Amino acid sequence: MLLWGLSALVLVFLMLPTLVVVPLSFSASDLLEFPPRAYSLRWYENFFGSATWMAALRTSLILGTLKAMLAVPSALLACVSMNRLGGKAAVTIQSVLLIPSIVPGILLAIGLFFVLAAQGLIGTLFGVLVGHVVLAIPVACIVLSPALARFDWNQVQAARSLGANWARAVGGIIVPQLRISLLSATLMAFLTSLDESVISIFVASGRNSTLPKLMFLSLRDQIDPTIAAISTLWTVLVVAVVLIVALRQKS
Amino acid sequence: MSVTANPALAADARREQWFFLSLSLPALFVVGVAAILPILWIIRQSFLTIGGVYTVDNYEKVLSSGLTWSALVTTFELSLGTLVACILLGTPLALALAAARPRVANVLMAFVMLPLWTSILVRTYGWLVLLRRDGLINAALTGSGLTAEPLPLVYNFTGTLIGMVHYMLPLFLLPVYAAMRDIDANLIRAAASMGATLGQVIRTVVLPLSAHGIVSGSMIVFIYTIGFFITPAVLGGGKVNPLSIRIERTLSTFQDWGSASVLGLLLFVVMALVGVMFLTARRLMMRNHVGAVHA
Repeated sequence: MLLWGLSALVLVFLMLPTLVVVPLSFSASDLLEFPPRAYSLRWYENFFGSATWMAALRTSLILGTLKAMLAVPSALLACVSMNRLGGKAAVTIQSVLLIPSIVPGILLAIGLFFVLAAQGLIGTLFGVLVGHVVLAIPVACIVLSPALARFDWNQVQAARSLGANWARAVGGIIVPQLRISLLSATLMAFLTSLDESVISIFVASGRNSTLPKLMFLSLRDQIDPTIAAISTLWTVLVVAVVLIVALRQKS
Repeated sequence: MSVTANPALAADARREQWFFLSLSLPALFVVGVAAILPILWIIRQSFLTIGGVYTVDNYEKVLSSGLTWSALVTTFELSLGTLVACILLGTPLALALAAARPRVANVLMAFVMLPLWTSILVRTYGWLVLLRRDGLINAALTGSGLTAEPLPLVYNFTGTLIGMVHYMLPLFLLPVYAAMRDIDANLIRAAASMGATLGQVIRTVVLPLSAHGIVSGSMIVFIYTIGFFITPAVLGGGKVNPLSIRIERTLSTFQDWGSASVLGLLLFVVMALVGVMFLTARRLMMRNHVGAVHA
């Protein structure tokens, strides 16, 4: 009984900060009163009506899309490569590809800052994109490589022996069969891009500030209830995406 | 590929190997340019003065500064504190989840996974709202008369620690839960049928058999928290300064790229040492574990 009571408390602890934000986002007051005395949509209007927030949202959405488009195909090719080569070559490639997920984010961020500064690329969309893609590659590999391990390669051999070239074999056989894993990898790449803040804080600036960077700056300076509205929208998006993936996997 | 007697086939196989190797080039190129090159650049930068001369001055400056050592101590305090809290809160929850019926456990796991998928900024904001002086928790505490004055819960070490525990708990829980779920239920039934109390079963059967999961979870917690930046930056309110914050401040406020690089490398070395320590501990435990089974 003690165990269940403690577990319930821990679950409340885990859920609390996410849930407390939702009612606040509908508050009519400037103050963070809880529960809100009057309700309104003013913080949502504030978010969607602000040129700065909208620019950041646009940057983040563009980044997320480009990132998924670049990271998932290159990770898929790398996984095919590791799967077919096997042995020492595969282990070496894998350990190189996992580097971005092992090195602390702050270290990657300052290193990337130095490299981009030397090329005069600080604050460009390209600079942030590179930083995001490199973080997505290990994640996509972790999702895709177990799926490829279950894949029956005889199908590709059969297609090849019937005259299909590699591109055709990959596009016609591998991609359709891995579509659920590819979808998960794409959504994860997209979501982590919306969430990535450390690299953005260091290398994104001005017109190319991302949503997390702007949120971080506004959290550090004052407590703006607009953040509550953004947080609520965000949580709804994440829950929707996770549900879609979970239901797809079941069917 | 074993039909190497035919030279034409062997050449074909070799060509195919090269082709497969070339498939990983795009990913390797990105990692090379955006992860390996930056790290090499940090090493180079750590030996450069602002004037562009190669020296070891940066190392002397950083390693002789009291701020560096107090940052290192804060980093360890935060990591250790997070680890202890994760073990105290996460192990019982993992036990409960492993003991629950699969259906119930799956639903409860959703509650664990939701925060994992929520943005760290959203969660930090939530804690800010909860922990502030006039926040929800202080309102509840003073309202119920438990404390006369609001407690200082945020913009300090306590707030940072709460935020970090909240971030790490799901990541700690996953390997521990997996290890506990894999324990053969017959062992627990056997212990119980021999008259062991629940406490004895947990102490003598469950915990030893899931120790490798706890070590894995602890390693994840330690390695992650050593580089934590967002949580101390927001919930620490400028008063909590682990290595990550010092790196940022040295870079943005003092524009001292050389010292920031040395601090970055220090962070990396500390993380690598802790990682090696944990891996060694786990290997030793696994060996003992296998030995015990054979004995």
